[in-house]
Amino acid sequence: MTNFQAPLTIKETRDALLGKKFSAMELVNEYLDRINKNKDLNAFLTISDNLAYSEAKKIDNLIQSGISNDQYPLFGSVIAHKDLFLTKGVRTTAASKVLESFVPEYSATVVEKDEKAGSITIGKTNCDAWAHGASGENSDFGPTLNPWNKEYVPGGSSSGSAVAVAAGLSLIASGTDTGGSIRQPANFCGVVGLKPTYGAVSRYGVVAMASSLDSIGCFSHTVADVETIFNVTRGGDAFDSTVKNIKLEMPKDKLKIGIPKEYFVEGIDAEVEKFVLEAIKVFEKEGVKIVNISLPHTKYAISVYYIIQPAEVSSNLGRYDGIRYGNGRNSFGAEAKRRIMLGTYVLSAGYYDAYYLKAQKVRSKIIDDFDNAFANVDAIIAPVSATAAFKLGEKASDPLKMYLADIYTAPANLAGIPGLAIPSGFNKLGIPLGFQILGPRFSENTLFALGKTYQEVTDYKPKLAIK
Amino acid sequence: MHVAKLAKLDITDAEVKKYSEQLSSVVDYFSELLEVDTKDTEPTSQTTGLKDVFRHDQIDPKNCLTQGAAVSGSEKIHNGYFKVKAILAERTDK
Repeated sequence: MTNFQAPLTIKETRDALLGKKFSAMELVNEYLDRINKNKDLNAFLTISDNLAYSEAKKIDNLIQSGISNDQYPLFGSVIAHKDLFLTKGVRTTAASKVLESFVPEYSATVVEKDEKAGSITIGKTNCDAWAHGASGENSDFGPTLNPWNKEYVPGGSSSGSAVAVAAGLSLIASGTDTGGSIRQPANFCGVVGLKPTYGAVSRYGVVAMASSLDSIGCFSHTVADVETIFNVTRGGDAFDSTVKNIKLEMPKDKLKIGIPKEYFVEGIDAEVEKFVLEAIKVFEKEGVKIVNISLPHTKYAISVYYIIQPAEVSSNLGRYDGIRYGNGRNSFGAEAKRRIMLGTYVLSAGYYDAYYLKAQKVRSKIIDDFDNAFANVDAIIAPVSATAAFKLGEKASDPLKMYLADIYTAPANLAGIPGLAIPSGFNKLGIPLGFQILGPRFSENTLFALGKTYQEVTDYKPKLAIK
Repeated sequence: MHVAKLAKLDITDAEVKKYSEQLSSVVDYFSELLEVDTKDTEPTSQTTGLKDVFRHDQIDPKNCLTQGAAVSGSEKIHNGYFKVKAILAERTDK
C-alpha cells in the first residue's frame, strides 16, 4: 500500500518526483497495485512490470545524481501502449489470437521516442482486434469495460488506453485513430484524445490497419499533456516515408470556429448536442468568432470509409500467413474476417471501379469540403459521436449499425486532418460527454490553444473514474 | 465463398451464410455513393501531397535484425530458415 495520490498531469508528476514526494519505483508500485485491483476492466493484455521497474530505476538514479532533466519532457510519466505498438521484448498481440504469443524484436518509433523522453512503460492495452471496432468488443481477449459504468462500452478501438487513463491505471497512453479510434473512446471515457495530422507522427512499428488513414496519437487528462506527448513523438524517423517534418505555425490571436450543420442532424442525442453547444458558448465568451459552415458530403463518409479502409485492411492483413511469425489465418476473429472479405470484394476485378475507385473520388469531395471550410475558419467544432457510450452488446450483432457510429470521426481521417477530443461533463446517467475540434493539416497548435483555453476558463479539474 | 478463397480464409457453411447477409447489407448501403457526381473528380489515394520519397541505397547495420532475431517469431525453423510447405511437385514425366 502506498500513502500518496499519484498526480494526474506530466508536470505534477515530475515536480513530485523531483520534490521527493515519492520515488519512481513507488510510483510504479502504485500503478501496478491499481491495475491489479481493477483487473475486471480488462484494460491490459500484458503488464510490463520488469521493464517499468528498470525504467523507474533509471529515473530515480537521475534524480539522485541531480542531473538536469530538461531533455526528458515525459520525466517519470507512466505510459500504457495500445497493443498495436511493437515493444521490444514485450508481447504485442494487436488483441488478436493470430499474434497471441508474438514478442517483437524491435520497438515502434513512438515507443522509443517516449522512452527516450523519460516515460515508464507499464503495459500493453486491450483494443478491438487489429483496431477493428468502435466499442472494444471485438478484442479476441474479451471486451474492455467503461470505468464510469461497467455495463457500458468504453468505445474503441483504443479501448484499453482510454480506460487506463480514465481509471488512473496509467498517467498517459498511446493510441491509433483510423476512423475515430482515439477520439471516440476518449469521448466515451471522459479523457482528452489527440488524433494528429496524417503524416505528423511515424507509423513505424505500429501494426498497420489502413495505411492511408492510420494516425498515431495519445490520451491524457489535459490538453497541455497531449501537446507535450505530441511534441515528443512527431517528426520523421526515415522509416515511414509519409512523415513530413514541418514547422508548426503558431495560432492566430483572433480565431474563428465553424459549426458544421451536417453534424447536428436527426439522430444526434439531445444531451450530446446540448454539451457541444455549451462548449461553443464558452469559446464565444472568450472572443472566438463562431460561424455556421457546411460540409455537404459528410453523409457519404461512412460509405467511403467502409470501402477504402477494408480494402487497405485486406492488403495489410495479407502478411499474416503463420509462417514467419504468429498463428495462421484460421486464428482471425469474426470482424477481421468480415473486413478482409469486404476489402477483397471491393478491390476485386469487376467491382474495383464501382466501389474502390468511386470511393476514392468521393473522398476527394470530402477533402474539398474541408478545404473550402478552412478557407474561412481556423477550426471546426463538432460532436465526437451521436450518442454517449452505449451498453455492451447493444450493437455487437449488427455490423452496419456499429459502422455508422463512426460518422462524426471518419471524415477527419479521410481528409488527413487533426482532431482533438475534449471531455466536458456527464449525462444524466453519469456517462462522460464532450466535443471535438478539427483543424487544417498541421494546425495542431491551434487545436491545443483552443483546448487549453477551454480547460482553463472552465477550470477543468481531471478526476478519475475509480476512487 | 469465392471472396473468402481469394482472401485465403477457410470459412464454414454457417459462416458463409452469416457473412453474406451482413456484408450484403453493408454493400447495399454503399449504393448511396451513386448520388454523387464524380465525373470531373480525381481520386485520392493519400493526403500528404508527398511524391516519390527516396532514400540512399545504403545498408545501415544498426537498423538490421540479425538472422536469429529475424526468425525468432516462428518455431518452424530449419537451419536458420523458415520452413514452408513445398510449392513444387516432383516431376512425373521423367
